[in-house]
Amino acid sequence: MSSHIVHAGHQAPTGFIRRYIFSLDHKVIGIQYYFLALFSVFLGMGLSLLMRYHMVYPDAKVGWFETLWPTGAAGGIMTPELYLSLLTMHGTIMVFFVLTTAPQSGFGNYFLPIQIGAEDMAFPVLNMLSFWATFLALVVMVAAFFVPGGAPLSGWTAYPPLSAVGPLAGPGEGLGQTLWVFSIAIFSGASLMGAINFIATTIDLRCKGMSMMRLPLTCWSWFVTAILGLLGFAVLLAAGVLLLLDRMAGTSFFLPAGLVVNDQILSHKGGSPLLWQHLFWFFGHPEVYIAILPGMGVASQLLSTFARKPIFGYRAMVYAILGIGFLGFFVWGHHMFMSGMNPYSAMAFSVLTMSIGVPSAIKTFNWIGTLWGGRIRFDTAMLFALGFVSLFVTGGISGIFLGQPALDLYFHDTYFVVGHFHMIMGVAAIFGMFAGTFYWFPKMFGRMMNETLGKIHFYLTFIGVYAIFTPMHFLGIAGNPRRYADFTNFEFMGKLMPVHTFMTWAAILTATAQIIFVVNLVWSMMRGKKAPVNPWEATTLEWTIPSPPPFDNFAGKHPVVNHGPYEYSVPGAPKDYIMQSDPA
Amino acid sequence: MLLGPIVWILTVVICYIFIGHYWWFPPPISQHGQAYDAQFTVTLWVTGIIFFLAQAALGWVIIRYRDKGGVAKYSHGNNALEALWTSATALLFIGLVLAGTRIWAAVHFAEAPADALRIEVLGKQFAWSFRYAGPDGKFGRLDIKQINDANGNPFGIDASDPSGKDDLTSASLKVPAGRPILLILRSRDVIHNFFVRELRLKQDIVPGMEIPFHFQADTPGTYEVPCSELCGLGHHQMRTTMEVMAEADFEKWKREQAAQK
Repeated sequence: MSSHIVHAGHQAPTGFIRRYIFSLDHKVIGIQYYFLALFSVFLGMGLSLLMRYHMVYPDAKVGWFETLWPTGAAGGIMTPELYLSLLTMHGTIMVFFVLTTAPQSGFGNYFLPIQIGAEDMAFPVLNMLSFWATFLALVVMVAAFFVPGGAPLSGWTAYPPLSAVGPLAGPGEGLGQTLWVFSIAIFSGASLMGAINFIATTIDLRCKGMSMMRLPLTCWSWFVTAILGLLGFAVLLAAGVLLLLDRMAGTSFFLPAGLVVNDQILSHKGGSPLLWQHLFWFFGHPEVYIAILPGMGVASQLLSTFARKPIFGYRAMVYAILGIGFLGFFVWGHHMFMSGMNPYSAMAFSVLTMSIGVPSAIKTFNWIGTLWGGRIRFDTAMLFALGFVSLFVTGGISGIFLGQPALDLYFHDTYFVVGHFHMIMGVAAIFGMFAGTFYWFPKMFGRMMNETLGKIHFYLTFIGVYAIFTPMHFLGIAGNPRRYADFTNFEFMGKLMPVHTFMTWAAILTATAQIIFVVNLVWSMMRGKKAPVNPWEATTLEWTIPSPPPFDNFAGKHPVVNHGPYEYSVPGAPKDYIMQSDPA
Repeated sequence: MLLGPIVWILTVVICYIFIGHYWWFPPPISQHGQAYDAQFTVTLWVTGIIFFLAQAALGWVIIRYRDKGGVAKYSHGNNALEALWTSATALLFIGLVLAGTRIWAAVHFAEAPADALRIEVLGKQFAWSFRYAGPDGKFGRLDIKQINDANGNPFGIDASDPSGKDDLTSASLKVPAGRPILLILRSRDVIHNFFVRELRLKQDIVPGMEIPFHFQADTPGTYEVPCSELCGLGHHQMRTTMEVMAEADFEKWKREQAAQK
């Protein structure tokens, strides 16, 4: 637990560029990541609205579609290839640039060092590089929209041969798909740099008294997420390079012999499309936990703080995070039950998949146990944490269907899957981000967010996401396949159109409600009430320093920790909380 | 505080729609389909009860333990409770997956019966083709250079192989009712997926692989087959049908097809 003096000898930079652009300060980098994710989430949400609109009104002529995509929407009518490119970009942007970026790189960068009593991350230069590499990856990804053929249409999972044989397989499969792979490779590199930094920081820079079992659960979740990122993105990077070679150098890692695409016989031979799926999901499944673990950490932190009660079963929570992280690497095959892989391996993958439901259930029970007997304050941050618990239960429970290969015989690639992962990996994780935003905004920007706007936004969003994503489960039960540009070719899908229409309008209304959040964010940054040092009467170290914190987090002092992170309502204590750094 | 009742209302509405079966499976047309539905129903009840209790408890603690000025209970947890709910969920979840094993085994571990009717399935962007052996009972050799969609030879049946002369190809799947069917799934370009809702069966079709897939359909009728793995811009149009016919009608259809050749 040696405490390197990272900031020693380097003063707060004075120039604008070193201070806000190429900053080495973990707090500035955290905010940079946050705003990158905020831009991305609105872009990704916008794409999803266009998709939802097209699914319900496939023949509608919309003039500005044509302005945006002169070929993809000639005459204002969206083509299927444009629809699929929106689908690919929606998934990719949301998974990588939102779900991987905000909870871990954004909040983690800002608060991990402060919560463990460190002055910065272990490697500030690496930290800056990982942000700017992420930024570059986003630029390359968005550029795919503007190249001939447009963005790729192979989905965020980019299964070969579709993603590997070039423009023969469809528009967007040329330069657009190449840029997509490049972007993912750059993003993987950035995530590896970030992961190393998070791990080193957690292990090495904890202040005196901050033993691992006194870490706030947020830190535990960022730490385990970083380990998942280190192991997962290394494999995705390798897979991406192989896919690039298949596309550009004529190799055949993922391409078998005998392909006849668009009436052309290809000369590839010896590769396997399943190899990509194994590599992709070896990353892809831990990625789900990369997205959700930080949200679980935030929820645990907030439920304890706002219920004024210690977290129920701190050790069990830590073991559950570790258990989820460990098991998360042995369940990737449940994405491949229908892929043609050896059906016997499905048995192993399904038992392991069900096992990972156990630590997830432990966390849910412990959250409810934390609230039980508490004295709950309903600030907006807490509402989002409670919403997270509800969505986590709803999104998790449908996994019990999908984890069974027998039931996957019907549900694979239907809207049931879309509903499942949007509930848990999408909106539950995003509720974790909203909770984190309302909780930490006072510390980050020195002002309080508006509670009235916050609550209106919360209730509209909470009901809205249930209205959008619950019906997907019914569509899945009715057999509606996912990734269909429209539903006019099948008789049975026609009967499901009222459900689709309902979801589309629920999505439009819920998206509109997000304006309230943006207004609140911007307005509060300028005009919000000045935040005190510890507005929530919380116990962790970030609440001992000014809001916003100075460049040197602890002003040159070395904090000493004497208590666990969740000492609320301790009998005999003068207040209903004991700060971690209070005297023993 | 308001959140408690909202969680309850959402829970009741969701349970109501699930129980009401407003948007639901089509009726099954096979024994496998019935077994599938039984496993689904058990899973739905188990998860439904967990869902209802967890959301109800969440709503309850939100209302019951709102800040009314008292003192919160100081407790770091309860190891007995942790052990109880850990083992209970482990038993329940693993039990469910083991209960479904029979269904998976019948589809994927069991071989197709020897008398199963063998049909070759070809997926390509964005159409289906099905090949039946002619009266000689043999499938002709394939040659990818002879693939010609316009001339009705999507499979590339080799003209120089006499056993291929009587092969039948069809753009839709016709199967006799009550007889085991063995599909040999192949793709010539990208990954597709063969899915029949009424059979409760689905299988990816992977280029470079020949995937055997067997079933038996008992109820005559015509059922839609949607491609269920993203295959490109025409994915949503990649439709065919599976017609389950009485054995006599099926033989008649085959004779008619052969006569047209």
